[in-house]
Amino acid sequence: MGYFNSFSDFLDMGGHALYVWLSYAITLLIFIANILSLWLKKRAFFNLAKRHAKREQRNS
Amino acid sequence: MKINMPRWFYQLASPKWSYDFMGILLPWFATAALLLLGVGFVWGLVFAPPDYQQGNSYRIIFIHVPSAILAQSCFMLMAVASGIGLVWKMKVAHIVAKSAAPIGASMTIIALATGAIWGKPTWGAWWVWDARLTSMLILLFLYVGIIALYSAFSNKSSGEQAAAILTLVGLVNIPIIKYSVEWWNTLHQPATFTLTKKPAMPPEMWLPLLVMVLGYYCFFAFLLMARTRLELLERENKSSWVIALINEKI
Repeated sequence: MGYFNSFSDFLDMGGHALYVWLSYAITLLIFIANILSLWLKKRAFFNLAKRHAKREQRNS
Repeated sequence: MKINMPRWFYQLASPKWSYDFMGILLPWFATAALLLLGVGFVWGLVFAPPDYQQGNSYRIIFIHVPSAILAQSCFMLMAVASGIGLVWKMKVAHIVAKSAAPIGASMTIIALATGAIWGKPTWGAWWVWDARLTSMLILLFLYVGIIALYSAFSNKSSGEQAAAILTLVGLVNIPIIKYSVEWWNTLHQPATFTLTKKPAMPPEMWLPLLVMVLGYYCFFAFLLMARTRLELLERENKSSWVIALINEKI
């Protein structure tokens, strides 16, 4: 696989597994957090808007 | 004196036009980001050759350099948007700057964290008070300060103006970050990509890095447009086009 002899070799990263995988994990986590917060904000906005719209329908 | 700007400039000032325009661009940038980042991650982690000195720990470069580039590009974009917002009193420009701030802060955190992790096996220390590292830390504080200013005022437009001024003042930090590796003796290595010189790395290393940089830019553009559109909806929630849009969704 690429420049590695085996999958366990790949996971080991030439003895630097902790550093490499920790870096990639932090990056992915921050990427996902950015997408997730956006999605939650969007959902909250439309939920609130729906409630407002329903209340206005009842009042009219 | 009245300066006439091109038509698209005034179209961008319209929240509805901007919302629709970004809605068209959004899926393209999302797709490009997914493809480029997917290819870049696999290429960098598996198919790029190991470094002759650092071995495999250098693979952190593929996430570290793009995030550091984006952290600075994002700040420059915010400065341009803030400047336009201040001069032309353009609400959309302020909203773009506000939406970019948390993404830029995320990129700065990635750059600092991956840099610290990379520093440990390479320099023997997680952190050194080196000019490049310190100026990046200041960038993070600037981002945090700007984000705080947006919500520190009960009047939204006062907050926007204060944040815009801090962004423009903070812009002096960008050349300091860029030239920190040249002005001071630093542990940090010089720039990987320059416009005038060929990269010091072989193409098997800088090509996947280039793919990652492009992927980060597309991902940033996607996040920025999505955040801006949501912020536009929240700010314009009394206007007829947003009400029509909400009614469509129900």
